[in-house]
Amino acid sequence: MVDSIISSRDVNIFYADKQAIFGVDMDILPNKVTAFIGPSGCGKSTFLRAINRMNDLIPICYMEGCMTIGGQDIYAPEVDVVALRAQVGMVFQKPNPFPKSIFENVAYGLRIHKMAAAKSEMDDRVEWSLKSAGLWDEVHDRLDQPGNSLSGGQQQRLCIARAIAIEPKVILMDEPCSALDPIATAVVEDLIDQLRREFTIIIVTHSMQQAARISQRTAFFHLGNLVEFNDTKTIFTNPVDERTQNYITGRIG
Amino acid sequence: MIDLSNKAGFDLAARNRAEWRFRLYGILAIAVSLLFLLTMVGNITSTASGALKRTEIAIEVDLGADNLDPDDLRAAPWGGIVKQGLRDMFPGITKRKDKKLLYKLASPEASFELEKIVTENPGLVGGVHKIWVSASDDLDLFIRGKVDPDLPEQKRRVTDDEITWIKSLENSGNIRRVINWQFLTNGDSREPEVAGILGALVGSAWSLGVCFILSFPIGIGAALYLEEFAPKNRLSDLIEVNINNLAAVPSIVFGLLGLAMFLGVMGLPRSSPLVGGMVLALMTLPTMIIAARAALKAVPPSFKEGALALGATPVQAVFHHVFPVAMPGMLTGAIIGMAQALGETAPLLMIGMVAFIVDIPTSIVQPATALPVQIFLWADAPERAFSEKTAAAIIVLLFFLIAMNLIAILLRRKLETRF
Repeated sequence: MVDSIISSRDVNIFYADKQAIFGVDMDILPNKVTAFIGPSGCGKSTFLRAINRMNDLIPICYMEGCMTIGGQDIYAPEVDVVALRAQVGMVFQKPNPFPKSIFENVAYGLRIHKMAAAKSEMDDRVEWSLKSAGLWDEVHDRLDQPGNSLSGGQQQRLCIARAIAIEPKVILMDEPCSALDPIATAVVEDLIDQLRREFTIIIVTHSMQQAARISQRTAFFHLGNLVEFNDTKTIFTNPVDERTQNYITGRIG
Repeated sequence: MIDLSNKAGFDLAARNRAEWRFRLYGILAIAVSLLFLLTMVGNITSTASGALKRTEIAIEVDLGADNLDPDDLRAAPWGGIVKQGLRDMFPGITKRKDKKLLYKLASPEASFELEKIVTENPGLVGGVHKIWVSASDDLDLFIRGKVDPDLPEQKRRVTDDEITWIKSLENSGNIRRVINWQFLTNGDSREPEVAGILGALVGSAWSLGVCFILSFPIGIGAALYLEEFAPKNRLSDLIEVNINNLAAVPSIVFGLLGLAMFLGVMGLPRSSPLVGGMVLALMTLPTMIIAARAALKAVPPSFKEGALALGATPVQAVFHHVFPVAMPGMLTGAIIGMAQALGETAPLLMIGMVAFIVDIPTSIVQPATALPVQIFLWADAPERAFSEKTAAAIIVLLFFLIAMNLIAILLRRKLETRF
């Protein structure tokens, strides 16, 4: 059994007095794609955003329980949220490139973390990131163009390049393909499969086919509970819980 | 068959009429406002056109040694020299009363003008020269046909004798009309023929400079903190309500505050652009904060989220991604605030910028007046020639405003294309 990279124990998340997540225990394995599926409002995005503490931005949101990365409690007082987010990157539902050039979009993380001193080093790392995100061939001759001049699929890959440039351990993806057409989705899915060699990826998706295609592990959330968490193959072929069975066959959702 | 004509029912004819009627109302509203605007601009420009040119009168002055000492030009009797020159041109006038009338052909400022000309050209000393100086405002009005010679003598400002003299001066080529550049280069004066706008223009520019330097950084800083960092609680709600209310406070209240605080408690120099700018900054701040907050609110939160998710600190996320995008909007707000400040009279009256000041201010602590106050002062002056100056000053104010807006637009465009 491989050691897990992220563990949650009895995690409860509340929005003011409304509870969104009920006592979730979960162990996420490194270098795998883990998919969170479940009907809208089941808390899968909330749980995802707890992993890099993006929920801190919502004043009424608070968490109980323990969430560790590499054995370290990320909600411990000595943890700096900036350092955490440098290790746990995030890609959002809607592509959100900065209103800057393609180059600057990728270079931004490197700049704020002072990860590339010389210009040549910066160029190399931006090139590596764009190549890893499969975008280099399409944009290498127009790096000075604005990031939002790209198509939707390209923008999302730019956001992925931006996230991997600072070499996090984990990348969280919140429905990264929901704003993309099927062709761009296929490209991004291929990319996710490539990236899993170097990063641990957690993806929230509404598409069960997508979860089945790209993930090795799948977690099914329902009404704030983690109903079932297992190998993707098992979840889709031989689910234990009746609710999982109903969801993947389309009877609830 | 499907009937698509407007006879098909659905009350189409009435609905189309309502549509048409509403558009007509819109066009009418625009036409009426355009009419008002044109009337205003037309009225001002036609009144101001009188101030476009000024009248000068040529006087033969004797700058010989018996009149002045070349080593001490300041002590020379310039007024006497001008009067003597006028007398020499009309040797027939002997009565004291007539002489007094004769002297009134030239502006009372003519002696100062003569002194200035001679000081700048010392070569003139020693001979008799024909020098052009400002004519009086009454002569100017008569030359321009603004005095009706058919009125009984008592009812007009120019007597029959004066008319004869002016006619003879005109025939001998001793009266000319020149472009009134002096209006833009002189300070204020009691004499409308030499009064200029520069003092007020410079006073306004100094005041607005102080106002901008104070209110822009403070306003932007307050807006950034309130919008991006401040916790949302009852205190920040209270502050927000108060800022919104301050924006609606009559400006004279800020003038009273400035009078009590800046002049009374802090003892800053009265009538100075420094205090004027500070008072205007108080008045501009709420507008600026509200506009800046609106500009910050309009930035998609996804930029900030994206930066935070990359491990940027909140300050980095705001200054690298939110602030640059909001900057053009903030500038627009700043310009609206500054334009209000430019046209503001009431608070400046309170802190003494309404004084009669001839000298052009050279620093922010010297007494000065401002454009709208100058307009107010001139509009109040009894001399008829001042009404033209008032209109001309309004045009200068409008051009100042246009220049400010132009700078803002250029700046905004430059910032917007930078991504």
